[in-house]
Amino acid sequence: MAEPVSVAAEYLAGSRARAARTVLGQVVLPGEELLLPEQEDAEGPGGAGERPLSLNAGARSRVRVVCGPGLRRCGDRLLVTKCGRLRHKEPGSGSGGGVYWVDSQQKRYVPVKGDHVIGIVTAKSGDIFKVDVGGSEPASLSYLSFEGATKRNRPNVQVGDLIYGQFVVANKDMEPEMVCIDSCGRANGMGVIGQDGLLFKVTLGLIRKLLAPDCEIIQEMGKLYPLEIVFGMNGRIWVKAKTIQQTLILANILEACEHMTSDQRKQIFSRLAES
Amino acid sequence: MEEEMHTDAKIRAEIGTGCSPRGPGCSLRHFACEQNLLSRPDGSASFLQGVAEKSRERLIRNTCEAVVLGTLHPRTSITVVLQVVSDAGSLLACCLNAACMALVDAGVPMRALFCGVTCALDSDGTLVLDPTSKQEKEARAVLTFALDSVERKLLMSSTKGLYSDSELQQCLAAAQAASQHVFRFYRESLQRRYSKS
Repeated sequence: MAEPVSVAAEYLAGSRARAARTVLGQVVLPGEELLLPEQEDAEGPGGAGERPLSLNAGARSRVRVVCGPGLRRCGDRLLVTKCGRLRHKEPGSGSGGGVYWVDSQQKRYVPVKGDHVIGIVTAKSGDIFKVDVGGSEPASLSYLSFEGATKRNRPNVQVGDLIYGQFVVANKDMEPEMVCIDSCGRANGMGVIGQDGLLFKVTLGLIRKLLAPDCEIIQEMGKLYPLEIVFGMNGRIWVKAKTIQQTLILANILEACEHMTSDQRKQIFSRLAES
Repeated sequence: MEEEMHTDAKIRAEIGTGCSPRGPGCSLRHFACEQNLLSRPDGSASFLQGVAEKSRERLIRNTCEAVVLGTLHPRTSITVVLQVVSDAGSLLACCLNAACMALVDAGVPMRALFCGVTCALDSDGTLVLDPTSKQEKEARAVLTFALDSVERKLLMSSTKGLYSDSELQQCLAAAQAASQHVFRFYRESLQRRYSKS
């Protein structure tokens, strides 16, 4: 039967690892294996298993590559664990092969150390506030982690308030902890978010797109109406404009931004500016 | 091999259990009973009816557990809810495909993708892939396999009916060949989704 042979050849074609460089910017699926740059040279033309015997085996320098979200180390290759586009960032200075990561669209947030997020205070117990950040556990926030807070001078935080803070402890084994001051003790924009405004949820990919340095959406919105806006990496956005109607319009534009092309967006902005 | 068989658990193994034989013309679903399972009370019994749904749940759960990287999310539960909109045959395979796509959409870290493929063997030994409900009812054996995307390995199999060893191998090979169409479809639909952004 000729079928099993041709079928077997297809299996091998599907499961052979590809070089990470050739797949940059393409959609990768969970289960794919990627080869790091220095390994491709060793694979050579006889990819099915032949390796040319190198006399100076130790001379090949190892490039240190950082494995970002969506990738895991599997032996000396990278295993893709999430679906998305593969991205790479060159190292700024010094040695290192840069960072590889998978840009995936998901709605569920997993706490990561250093991320700035918007949380909702759900409980106050003694010295700690419990803050819901959208992860699997509520984060804890100590009352001393606010600018100028002392044991006598407690911050004015009630249950139901919105807090903008960053994680100092966030891993899979421990309860996440957040603070509203930076390492110098200054608030730097963090703390309790003021009255009014609207909090709504979007996907994590949209937040990253809006926070990218070259994103013009926020400037265009600023030209339309004066506004205050806070982005949380957990998919939450708080927005406030002069009137409730303007706030709702801005919230709708942000939610729809995900699916619109830039031309459609410019059309909508020009139509709103006229009216 | 007669009777309904699931490769990852035995339904009746304990002493003191009984299963109702399904005679001709019996319109009730399969049920099973276990007696004297608790030691303290004077008497106890457990009665299971409609085991088919529970076992389908268990099969899908075990397949998902084999593929999802649970160690990255300790003390967390992942719930997969499957709603049957219409059943046109190959229901278990369809549920497996839906579960896989949902897990990818949610961003749950997985070590591979998986898909389900159903084969039906009719009375003269012809193999039909992805049978309709009518073909399933008339077949002498219906086999469902869950295969992973990395090396087309078998993750789960659920079989019902009468078949020989060589027929099993034939069905498995046909399912492995068919799974690449399913994986290609996964790849295309995910690429389409990411091309919009």
